[in-house]
Amino acid sequence: MAQSTVRALVLPLLGLAAVLLAWTALSQTVAPDLPSPLRTWQESRRYVLEPFFKDGEMNQGILRLAFYSLVRVAKGYLLALLLGTPLGFLLGLSRTFHQSFDPIVQFLRPISPLAWLPLGLVIFQKSEPAAVFTIALCAMWPTVINTAVGVRSISQDYLNVGRVLRLSRAKMLSKIIVPASLPYVFTGYRLSLGLAWLVIVAAEMLTGTPGVGGFLWQEYNSLVYSHIILSVVTIGAVGLALDRLMGLVEARIRAS
Amino acid sequence: MAYLDVRDLRRSYVTPRGTAHVLGGVNLALDEGEFVAIVGYSGSGKTTLVSLLGGLIQPDHGEIVLDGAPVTGPGPERGIVFQQYSLLPWMTVHENVALAVDAVNPGRPAAERRRITDEFVALVGLTPAAWKRPSQLSGGMRQRVAVARGLAMRPKLLLLDEPFSALDALTRATLQDELLSIWGAHRSTVVLITNDVDEAILLADRIYPMTPGPGAVLGPAIEVGLPRPRARRHLSLEPAYQKARQAIVDFLRACRRPAA
Ligand SMILES: Nc1ncnc2c1ncn2[C@@H]1O[C@H](COP(=O)(O)OP(=O)(O)OP(=O)(O)O)[C@@H](O)[C@H]1O
Ligand SMILES: [Mg+2]
Repeated sequence: MAQSTVRALVLPLLGLAAVLLAWTALSQTVAPDLPSPLRTWQESRRYVLEPFFKDGEMNQGILRLAFYSLVRVAKGYLLALLLGTPLGFLLGLSRTFHQSFDPIVQFLRPISPLAWLPLGLVIFQKSEPAAVFTIALCAMWPTVINTAVGVRSISQDYLNVGRVLRLSRAKMLSKIIVPASLPYVFTGYRLSLGLAWLVIVAAEMLTGTPGVGGFLWQEYNSLVYSHIILSVVTIGAVGLALDRLMGLVEARIRAS
Repeated sequence: MAYLDVRDLRRSYVTPRGTAHVLGGVNLALDEGEFVAIVGYSGSGKTTLVSLLGGLIQPDHGEIVLDGAPVTGPGPERGIVFQQYSLLPWMTVHENVALAVDAVNPGRPAAERRRITDEFVALVGLTPAAWKRPSQLSGGMRQRVAVARGLAMRPKLLLLDEPFSALDALTRATLQDELLSIWGAHRSTVVLITNDVDEAILLADRIYPMTPGPGAVLGPAIEVGLPRPRARRHLSLEPAYQKARQAIVDFLRACRRPAA
């Protein structure tokens, strides 16, 4: 027991050390432009230690930048849920709707954010709504598909209860179909959030809006490579935190 | 015409491996307030018959008339207690029963519907567990909820599909006794499906054995000549009990295919 706790603490640290070592070796040998871990820290410390400072549009503390990105992701994600949930229910409930629109969903699903973004710019003429549009369009598919699958896999036993009681369509939906498919819907929500965060970098890079992704791209153009690494680490940390958070929410939903 | 009139009911299932003829002409007649049991082997088509009576599936041939009206689809006047309970796991005991009460009493005020729900929950002895979810209940308690929900529909015909077969013998006996006393007080028209001959004799006025499929039909009715109210004790010593039991067992043995 105690031994396994020690292992659980020590082994990840060993893994981290190995990665840092490989990174250092890489920066000393084949990739001299790649800043070493030490240099990355020295050049990034102000951004981490004063995470909310603001010197200009793109020169801000890392948490402030992350906050901008999170707000943008939240908008796009909410839009994705708002569009994706009803679409998923319609696909799951109606054969006609499914036959009409499932091919289009399957067609749109694999399109990359890089392809949607310019279209968003054309449609909205402004970078902010274009970014939100791109996030929503890329992130909604797991919600759509999981909701549809959830509705279609509702046990006939539950539906029969509703049929015997001759429940109205509204009651059937609110008392049986929605609660029965909720676990699937929430799995979709979690996957969608992961995707929304994945898309943010591309959206900010292409639109040059302030946020972690925008910062990353600007620092690349200004040749401050250590800040690229800072951004990458931040993106990973926020993504992980979001996934864990959604995992907790999902567990609560399942338990209730 | 009888209260429930079932004539030459046939039903098959089309599967990728061919057509399975399950029911081959079932006839059944019940008067109002009668308690009838159908006894048959597993897989003979008992649930198929319940689904047809409930209107959940359509017959290939034949017709069902209840209280003068042909059955064309499902409805709460034919309450079903499903073999696998089919409680809604996201609802409490009270909510599961309330779903039925609300569905059949749309005109009544909420407070009254609530009171009716409380009554049915109390009837099956689940008031202390009213706010629990099905996952927190024992098998016997779940079955009680299913029975309460079926009764709460105040159906003209109550269909019980092997209601106690998934329970241990002691719990089964308790629930049989409870059903007996509830039925004694309400006298609804009941079709009980079971694979337990003793359960059928204890509860029913009349018993139909069902031949094993394919093409299952009901054998000749066996009247249970036992007076009511019945008590489980000493019942099995009555000559009428022995006679009914012998008749059912003999019929089921005779029509069992050699392979089974
Ligand atoms: N939806 C279906 N599709 C195809 N075949 C089915 C279907 N439902 C039932 N059957 C077949 O019909 C036959 C009768 O099934 P049914 O469920 O009515 O039997 P049962 O008497 O209720 O059995 P048990 O006592 O085990 O509940 C079985 O052979 C079964 O495999
Ligand atoms: Mg069955």
